[in-house]
Amino acid sequence: MVLRRFLILRRSRSFRLEGRTAAHPAACLFRFAALFLILSLALAALPARADDFAAAVLGLAEEGFPAKQKAIVALAKSGDPRAVPILQALRDDRLRRMPDGSVVIVATTGGTTRLTHAATGRDIAGILPDSLDRIIVNNRLRGAIEAALGSLTLFSPDRAVRLSAAQEALKRPTADAALPLEQALAAERDGEVRAALEQGLAAVRLFSGGKDEMLAAIRALGATTDPQAKNLLDAFRAKPDLDAGLRQAAEAAIASIDGRLLWTGLAANLFQGISLGSVLLLAAIGLAITFGVMGVINMAHGEMIMTGAYAAFVVQQLFRTFLPPEWIDAYLLVAVPVAFLFAGLLGVVLERCLIRFLYGRPLETLLATWGVSLILQQAVRSIFGSPNKEVSNPGWMTGGFDLMGGFTVTWNRLYIILFCFVVLGALALILNRTSFGLHMRAVTQNRDMAAAMGIRTARVDALTFGLGSGIAGMAGVALSQIGNVSPNLGTIYIVDSFLVVVFGGVGNLLGTLVGALSLGIVNKFLEPVAGAILGKIVILAAIILFIQWRPRGLFALKGRTADA
Amino acid sequence: MKLIQPICRGAAAAIAVAAAVLVPGWAEAQTQGTIKIGVLHSLSGTMAISETTLKDTILMMVDDINKKGGLLGKKVEAVVVDPASNWPLFAEKARDLLAKEKVAAVFGCWTSVSRKSVLPVFEELNGLLFYPVQYEGEESSRNVFYTGAAPNQQAIPAVEYLMREEGGAAKRWVLEGTDYVYPRTTNKILEAFLKSKGVAAEDIRVNYTPFGHSDWQTEVATIKKFASAGKKTAVVSTINGDANVPFYKELANAGIKASDIPVVAFSVGEEELAGIDTKNLIGHLAAWNYFQSVKNPTNDAFIKQWQDFIKNPKRVTNDPMEAHFTGFKMWTQAVRQAGTTDVDAVRQAMYGQKVKAPSGFSQIMNTNHHLSKPVMIGEIRADGQFDVVWQTKEPIKADAWSPHLPEDKGKIADWTYPWVCGNCTAAKYTD
Repeated sequence: MVLRRFLILRRSRSFRLEGRTAAHPAACLFRFAALFLILSLALAALPARADDFAAAVLGLAEEGFPAKQKAIVALAKSGDPRAVPILQALRDDRLRRMPDGSVVIVATTGGTTRLTHAATGRDIAGILPDSLDRIIVNNRLRGAIEAALGSLTLFSPDRAVRLSAAQEALKRPTADAALPLEQALAAERDGEVRAALEQGLAAVRLFSGGKDEMLAAIRALGATTDPQAKNLLDAFRAKPDLDAGLRQAAEAAIASIDGRLLWTGLAANLFQGISLGSVLLLAAIGLAITFGVMGVINMAHGEMIMTGAYAAFVVQQLFRTFLPPEWIDAYLLVAVPVAFLFAGLLGVVLERCLIRFLYGRPLETLLATWGVSLILQQAVRSIFGSPNKEVSNPGWMTGGFDLMGGFTVTWNRLYIILFCFVVLGALALILNRTSFGLHMRAVTQNRDMAAAMGIRTARVDALTFGLGSGIAGMAGVALSQIGNVSPNLGTIYIVDSFLVVVFGGVGNLLGTLVGALSLGIVNKFLEPVAGAILGKIVILAAIILFIQWRPRGLFALKGRTADA
Repeated sequence: MKLIQPICRGAAAAIAVAAAVLVPGWAEAQTQGTIKIGVLHSLSGTMAISETTLKDTILMMVDDINKKGGLLGKKVEAVVVDPASNWPLFAEKARDLLAKEKVAAVFGCWTSVSRKSVLPVFEELNGLLFYPVQYEGEESSRNVFYTGAAPNQQAIPAVEYLMREEGGAAKRWVLEGTDYVYPRTTNKILEAFLKSKGVAAEDIRVNYTPFGHSDWQTEVATIKKFASAGKKTAVVSTINGDANVPFYKELANAGIKASDIPVVAFSVGEEELAGIDTKNLIGHLAAWNYFQSVKNPTNDAFIKQWQDFIKNPKRVTNDPMEAHFTGFKMWTQAVRQAGTTDVDAVRQAMYGQKVKAPSGFSQIMNTNHHLSKPVMIGEIRADGQFDVVWQTKEPIKADAWSPHLPEDKGKIADWTYPWVCGNCTAAKYTD
């Protein structure tokens, strides 16, 4: 059908041509001759390459992965820039096979789908992409595609593409990559890409260059903090008939990389510890208020976190349904206040309807709030169903960046650390600089005196509990970015939250901060040595011993209130 | 109300009479009572995430068979209980089902610890359990039919695939598991298998994390470091339940691509992926005996039946559901063949029972109480489904006892004469 349309198009053009022929026969003849000349020249120059290219593209649609791999390698060897979008489409699952065996690219931009013929670049209309066979790849082919794109995109105008192409060269050094790398290096202006290209070139020359080139390559690789460079040097050192000077240089380079890797390892551990600490802190801040300040053993605290996570899910779904797709990245910013208000409201209701009748009776409070936690879990299970809900990271929280030598800082964790400190700071401001904070501290320190001063203690109780619950809700939004959103979400964090608050010292925000961070960091330094399970046990035992020694935690409140 | 009831009754009677004339079996079902079956899946607690779907699958099958006229002329009635992810409660509920409700068969359990907990009850009261989940093997009870995969139908072929050129020719292995019986036993078998293939001990890293482990930073960084030793590395994940989502999120954000370090999972299917954004996980693998994306008429009908029953066109199907589908069909066929729901007669009729399964193959129940199943390796794609990148040509027969473990040497599971045993090195009867 496509072919027929094309023919119709051609015919209409030739009609026009005939019209002109009638008007200026001589000019037309000249034009015809010129056209013929150009065409024949082009055909003489192109045929072999064009045929190879078209055959390789057709090969992508063949059955079986080995045949497809052959086609990918052929496309890479062709050096043809037209291969780049085709390989990208293959990698991104946007290549389809027509019933006649030809290959088409599917591109979706702004809600409209376009089909183009891969070999010719012609548009195809009137066919639904869903009706065509997908051309699937496996991991081996994905590796081959990346390698092929690496060699094809060394000269791409996009800096990020060039950078990843240069890094690819370090990953898979081959002798015939030297020439294109040299050419790319000569043309490259960007510093970071140049450095990556130099490393890639060094990796290639390490195994195929002369002695001087090898020495320079060792020096270049030794200056990096990259485990891959170290592997290359390791493999180089292990070569049997190696010059003693070269071996020494390689060993020195490995030692210097090792030294730097040790420090990055420690830095990575520290970051992981702070990240875990910030998660613990977020989960525990709410509890530090409800349990720490008000003295309510709130077993439903975990479920407040869970409702926050579900609030994030609901906001995300609303954004997906009602707003244009480019707004989706902002859903998280809306989810935070929504979760705060919803969980806070739930907390106020809980306090007014249940907990206020149980003040001063910790055992009953514990059992009642535990019951509430079960009710909330089952309610969520009935409304949303028991399977996990998918809450995706917004674009600005996806992925991470390689800080140095295998130490990847992930965006979601970095933002959560920042968020955690913002929340803590805001809370400290509320407690110490607002009249509500003043009332709150007054009521918790001496309820009767505060009431005598005209503070409505019941209202302050409800709002305090609401504040604690609201913060737990915000924690839920943050946790939805690193973990599950399921009805059991809260149960994972409730024990850790209590640990942090008790360890840090009940009724003290600074204690909660120090407690959470130190637990996180110690945990992360223990885990590589002892493993996750033993690490947890060691920490639990250590906290029990610590509480024996200092029953009021790290930062005990002093003065009369502490004895109350 | 008063008026409506007689009308309804009249209409029902009219339909019953009409049906009695047309479908004798159905009329019989109305008069002869019901056949009860038990559904023993957690509907609350940690495992509710996975097990609720299996309960619905059995309800769908029961609904289907009743629409088609029931079994032996009787209606099938499902007795659903909730053991609440509490392992001892599983045993209690199983006893209730068998002793009080007198069910003909029980479909249930997910974790191996729950199965181990109900096993003595089924053996004592001579019940029948259909267990639909892939597991660690090392078991063959007279009272259990295992419709999920044994290690040689999932774990071993998956590792073999990754060892081959097409799977990336992995030379270094991380065995990552949740700390309980299934991952520990599977990893023991895998370690023995890898060593028998010449993988050195320093090229294998085994690590366990607790249930619900949520902070994967250290482990993901360690995997990255372990993989940077210059040999192609693959991760075999027996991580179960809630811990999977944070693991995959960390993996995706740390930039571990499947073409560099592939992760093959044995407990992650379509249902689990529904809770994860899979755009950054493309190419990571799972090994099962069924994927929803498999194309064949039986599977199309199965998916449609499920989505119609659950009234949600977006719900996915997965491997344990397919196992329940096959198990239930097999049980009904065996009951029809035996002409009774008596456990001993049905057990005898089960052997050699054949069902056309949604995986596209005819599956056969063997005398070791396990199925012959095809093995499929799937790669995750952007929409949360899997592309099958490799599969066996024929169904593979399950080994109840692993040939790779020295302590299992010579052990045979065969419940027919002359063996009549699930764990023997010599036949029970010799003549």
